[in-house]
Amino acid sequence: MKRLAIAAALATALSAVATFPAHAQESATLKKIKETGSITLGHRESSIPFSYYDDKQQVIGYSHELMLKVVDSIKSELKLAKVDTRLMPVTSANRITLIQNGTVDIECGSTTNNLERQKQVGFSTTIFVIGTRLMTKKDSGIKDFADLAGKNVVTTAGTTSERLIRKMNEEKSMGMKVISAKDHGEAFLTLETGRAVAFMMDDALLYGEMAKARKPGDWMVTGTAQSKEAYGCMVRKDDPGFKKLVDTALTKALIPPKGLNLNMPLSDEMKAAFKAPNDKAFE
Amino acid sequence: MAYQWNWGVFLQPSASGDDTYLGWMFAGFKMTIALSLTAWVLALLLGALVGVLRTVPNKTLAGIATAYVELFRNVPLLVQLFIWYFVLPELLPTSIGNAYKQSDPVFQQFLASMVCLGLFTSARVAEQVRAGINSLPKGQKNAGLALGFTLAQTYRFVMLPMAFRLVVPPLTSEFLNIFKNSAVCSTIGLLELAAQGRQLVDYTAQPYESFIAVTLSYIIINVTVMTLMHKFEKRIAVPGYIGGK
Repeated sequence: MKRLAIAAALATALSAVATFPAHAQESATLKKIKETGSITLGHRESSIPFSYYDDKQQVIGYSHELMLKVVDSIKSELKLAKVDTRLMPVTSANRITLIQNGTVDIECGSTTNNLERQKQVGFSTTIFVIGTRLMTKKDSGIKDFADLAGKNVVTTAGTTSERLIRKMNEEKSMGMKVISAKDHGEAFLTLETGRAVAFMMDDALLYGEMAKARKPGDWMVTGTAQSKEAYGCMVRKDDPGFKKLVDTALTKALIPPKGLNLNMPLSDEMKAAFKAPNDKAFE
Repeated sequence: MAYQWNWGVFLQPSASGDDTYLGWMFAGFKMTIALSLTAWVLALLLGALVGVLRTVPNKTLAGIATAYVELFRNVPLLVQLFIWYFVLPELLPTSIGNAYKQSDPVFQQFLASMVCLGLFTSARVAEQVRAGINSLPKGQKNAGLALGFTLAQTYRFVMLPMAFRLVVPPLTSEFLNIFKNSAVCSTIGLLELAAQGRQLVDYTAQPYESFIAVTLSYIIINVTVMTLMHKFEKRIAVPGYIGGK
């Protein structure tokens, strides 16, 4: 029995080693889609308003709609009447790995395109621009990051905000206790139940959480943006053929979101990205 | 795109700058051990008590013990964890609840995890203890009572010394389980071994190295536990019974 347990553990470890991603060919992704007749789309579960479940457990959102537009142009590019689309929920923490190992072909959610991630995955042209800021209760007395010294602060695991706030805490010795929640919904729950005084995240996502809160009027988004970040759809690295197709489809579809009023002013960077589509990272 | 192996990643300074990634793994390793051992102590104490209560003639006490076991054994561990961590503090009086929620998050996460793992495992320990007691020949209990021992004395001097030794082998597997189950606690943000592994993937983009290191760490823990428990089993085995000579 004991030997069996060790062997099973080793087998698990080895199978993890054996799943190498396929070698790149002429758009390996398109080839794969053509051969299998299916595409796997990575989406988020609570990235409001980008990619999330509605009350019928259907995936909706700004980024998700863009991704469906991309699927349409893949269909016409490959001249396929029908492509099976498989939806795969991803988290902040596992999305890059799932793109890398080929589980997911494209992910449009709320993923920041930065130079570090560009070493691991490919990014489409920018679909949104956010700043990383804070959400707090209106009467909490917190106006900016400096007010957080010695307090409990929540963020989502695996995000750029998590890194930024940990680094700030270290460099400025602020003595903050940083809680890393599993997803944005859970992070907001942590804030709402009073476990943390502030929630650091991409401002658009904060407005999204605020809009669905029980009492949206109790909350506010505040603080100096600690970074400006460009969202892009993730595709596999070194597949320029696929990226080009995605970029073209997105550029055609890119218009500011309709029908969903977050009362969030459009930033200059965002306007610029709509005007002249590009895949530049801010840092 | 071929995968770039880089085992040197563990020696690189971590993103927060105060440690290496190996240090992160070790911190997670220590957290897993501390959590599992404290939860195990809780599980043994409560499990032994509840397991004994399930076998006593008093219907009320036995009923309470049965309800306890069924409750903690039949609700998924993850659900229990979320109840302990998210729901329970809301049921406290507001002022106490708020003071608790403003305390150090690591303390809150550790406490919820320890209580959750401890109670979940105690229900399973209780079942093993009950099975151990029931496996004793009926004559032993009757003999104890016939000699003039009270029921409590019969348990204390006749049945339990046998039963506890008989259940050590099945308890070993519960002991191993508690280390593995502790990985669930990463879902509430406790930075134990699995969470550190996940974080490592995220920061270094070396998923295979990270998960292999996590796997090896769990194997090291469990092989050590198995070896120690095997020695312990040999020392306390009852001659003439399973495992005894």
